[in-house]
Amino acid sequence: MGRQLGHPAGRGAVAGGDNVAVLCGVNYAVDHKPVLRGLDVEFRRGEVTAIMGPSGTGKTTLLRLITGQIRADAGTVVVDGQEVAGLRQAALYALRRRMGMLFQNGALLTDIDVFENVAFPLREHARLPERLVRSLVLTKLHAVGLRGAAKLMPQQLSGGMSRRVALARAIVMDPDILIYDEPFAGLDPISMGVVMRLIRSLNDALGISSIVVSHDVREIAQIADQSYILSEGQVVASGSPKELHDHPSPIVRQFMEGLGDGPVPFHYPAPDYYGQLLAAGKAAR
Amino acid sequence: MSTVSELKDATADFLERAGALTRFSSRLLWITPAGFLRPRLLAQQVYNAGALSLAIIMISGLFVGMVMGLQGHDLLARIGSEESLGTGAALTLLKELGPVVTALLFAGRAGTALASEIGLMRATDQLTAMEIMAVDPMKRVVLPRFLGGVISMPLLTGIFVMVSIFGVQLIGVQYFGIDRGQFWSEMRSYVELSDVSEGLIKGLVFGVACSLIAVFEGYNAEPTAEGVGRATTRTVVVSAVATLVLDYIVTALLL
Repeated sequence: MGRQLGHPAGRGAVAGGDNVAVLCGVNYAVDHKPVLRGLDVEFRRGEVTAIMGPSGTGKTTLLRLITGQIRADAGTVVVDGQEVAGLRQAALYALRRRMGMLFQNGALLTDIDVFENVAFPLREHARLPERLVRSLVLTKLHAVGLRGAAKLMPQQLSGGMSRRVALARAIVMDPDILIYDEPFAGLDPISMGVVMRLIRSLNDALGISSIVVSHDVREIAQIADQSYILSEGQVVASGSPKELHDHPSPIVRQFMEGLGDGPVPFHYPAPDYYGQLLAAGKAAR
Repeated sequence: MSTVSELKDATADFLERAGALTRFSSRLLWITPAGFLRPRLLAQQVYNAGALSLAIIMISGLFVGMVMGLQGHDLLARIGSEESLGTGAALTLLKELGPVVTALLFAGRAGTALASEIGLMRATDQLTAMEIMAVDPMKRVVLPRFLGGVISMPLLTGIFVMVSIFGVQLIGVQYFGIDRGQFWSEMRSYVELSDVSEGLIKGLVFGVACSLIAVFEGYNAEPTAEGVGRATTRTVVVSAVATLVLDYIVTALLL
């Protein structure tokens, strides 16, 4: 099992102090290239847990493992007490009904309007009277401030609005776990602030557990109870935002302070710069 | 040496795709009964694949018929049998031209629409989002579209043949002055129910092939703009070749 993390007092209701998801010794490779190497991560129930790290370090892969879209080459992924790799499709779908996920681009269905997008999981999984569906959808849309946009098509929404609609859709089935993949990417400061507050308030108001993958250190620091920093498929640091801020590791410093060069190099591996330029000059002659 | 390795790669790629298509079709066949339990979704897709293809089918059918009228009359006039124009045209259209041309038009209009729509849903994470919402995209997205195409194709074939015969009649009777009664009565005498069913069977077979290829290509498209474009192109090319190959096989079996 992975390391037990200290739980910061205050925010988030921890249901029995147990974990909602645990990844233990997880390895995962694509075309023999390792993406995750012996990853140990725990997500505590009732908390907002952030996964941060430079691009290409396996953050989205981690989410795909939790949601059962891919299976680990080695190690275990346990979500809500069930080992994901051992689940057949029906059991996996039953588990996913207890999850909500917000995609980076919203992933709204483009052939139906905002109302129907939010109603989609209800219509697929529950045979509810139309009046009840309407009430539930309007309630969720109101929670994200978009009740007035119910009749708009996804193409008519801004990036921030799309993500809020997707958030309403993600919570319409009252999930136990909410997963956010880069929820702040490409948003203007106002939309970013709105989404940030929504993540925290939904987590606390609905008593759910949230997993947030993000690059945005400053925003994450304001809402996360616990954070992990990943690099090259491994956890290089974990703890509360304050603990990470004071972390002595150079790679953590580079990431937290947004330094262009450091343990994570600015340049992609390449031959000697001057040698390459001179060779190009000679070839041109 | 490189030609040999290229050939090896191409063969491996072909076998991989053939295997994937077999798995995909088996799964589709397995879940097909579930498709009829959601009539609204099915009706929507019959509308998309069928009703929205009506204009291109009817316009093409009319002109194919009129060309057949001109060419058929020219040919039959040489042997003094112009009055057989209706019969000859009807048999050609019912047994061969109607199903084949309809399938090629269907692949170009509805097939590309299906492949690009599903491919774009893949590229924009809509299919993944459904999976995360515990909704099987094969049942919710692929199956209704596949069945919509299968149901539409024989109907479109019938409409194409009817409009084409009207086009033949327009040229033969209205333009060249063939006796109207002779035109229709000879057609009724020589065209049998088996000829009509042959056309509809071919329409159904081509409908299954073209719809399957379209949804398979779309569902397995690379999630990029280029990938969706490639899937759309492959849909048209593979559907056209499959239609012509299947045409030969079905004709040989039915004759």
